[in-house]
Amino acid sequence: MNRLNRDQMAARVAWDIPEGAYVNLGIGLPTKVANYLPQEREIFLQSENGLLGMGPAPAPGEEDWELINAGKQAVTLLTGGCYFHHADSFAMMRAGHIDICVLGAFQVSVTGDLANWHTGEPGAIPAVGGAMDLAIGAKQTFVMMELLTKQGESKLVEACTYPLTGLGCVSRVYTDLAVFDVGAEGASVIEMVDGLTIEELRKLTGVPLAFAA
Amino acid sequence: MIDKKVASAGAAVADIFDGASVMIGGFGTAGMPDELIDALIARGVGDLTIINNNAGNGESGVAALIREGRVRKIVCSFPRQPDSHHFDAAYRGGKIELELVPQGNLAARIQAAGAGLGAIFTPTGYGTLLAEGKETREIDGKHHVLEYPIHADFALIKAQRADRWGNLVYRKTARNFGPIMAMAAKTTIAQVADIVPLGSIDPEAVVTPGIFVQRVVKIAPALAAAA
Repeated sequence: MNRLNRDQMAARVAWDIPEGAYVNLGIGLPTKVANYLPQEREIFLQSENGLLGMGPAPAPGEEDWELINAGKQAVTLLTGGCYFHHADSFAMMRAGHIDICVLGAFQVSVTGDLANWHTGEPGAIPAVGGAMDLAIGAKQTFVMMELLTKQGESKLVEACTYPLTGLGCVSRVYTDLAVFDVGAEGASVIEMVDGLTIEELRKLTGVPLAFAA
Repeated sequence: MIDKKVASAGAAVADIFDGASVMIGGFGTAGMPDELIDALIARGVGDLTIINNNAGNGESGVAALIREGRVRKIVCSFPRQPDSHHFDAAYRGGKIELELVPQGNLAARIQAAGAGLGAIFTPTGYGTLLAEGKETREIDGKHHVLEYPIHADFALIKAQRADRWGNLVYRKTARNFGPIMAMAAKTTIAQVADIVPLGSIDPEAVVTPGIFVQRVVKIAPALAAAA
């Protein structure tokens, strides 16, 4: 089968982001989506640390360390972009002003529960950042992740075993093997990579899957 | 004549006491008032409760305060970072208490303190470990968690420009928690790159009105960059 690499996954997510959308890309894998947003669409990227209209990384040597993204990397501001304080930034997220946020995940349940902040292992130092606010606040929360762990276990699950980030907050899951809608009705398959069958996908995930033909 | 200018970082923090709660602006190192923190370390006080988004990066700012053993408790959203080794060691050694707060709740609780609210209901964190034991309420069909304001004795923040009345403007994403911390603390101390005459800051562009700021101290950007 034609498993998608991380750049292909990012391009697939980017294709579903429409003109005019206000979008927050979580740190890690979702950051890649910015590289594949169709040039002809005007899309507003928001960063939790107080900017709207975030542009690409500056040229080497041009970094301004007072202009950074949520991952604390140097970025730029597009013409027309603006700055604001943290309470305004999280108001944008919490109250649904952000249309789409894209997050990474340890696990997503078929009903849209998300676990992406803490492994819960003894001795692990917990850190939550903006994950819980983003997960429950945006109009639509997309998850982008490899479907299977390195050990081959499905990260799309019936019920999350890692500590939760939010309940019923994820609407769509983009993976290297398939795209799923999740929610109160359970999980349904939107598309699969070439060479994969629904039976194989059911076997890999071990969860009930409807097929949206 | 009202003049909130203070001659030095040391003079600006001279009344911060043992056991004080201190909000410190900054997201990572952007907006971190390093020189005020250095002055606080030099002052020698400890047993502090620090409110910051992170728990220190590298060797400067909040990381230095923790390294020097001055912090009893930290309230933050994202302590674990590649360069948070001083916090990591203190936490694993049981030498520092951590209250972990989702970032938006941190901002909202600080803002609630600054706005004089008794508490807030927030949807963030409902059904998670970070809401365990907290009062909840369903409002308009949506679950919320009761969270209380975060007050502080002092706020140390960094802005770009001030006048002698304490009006502030910030620079780029160094703004982050500065405006809301200024509102929430009993005494707010701003380090700024420049202090300008009254009227030089466009009144339409003032981000933090001077009523929220008690002291301003000029730290030349060249010094800030070298620190």
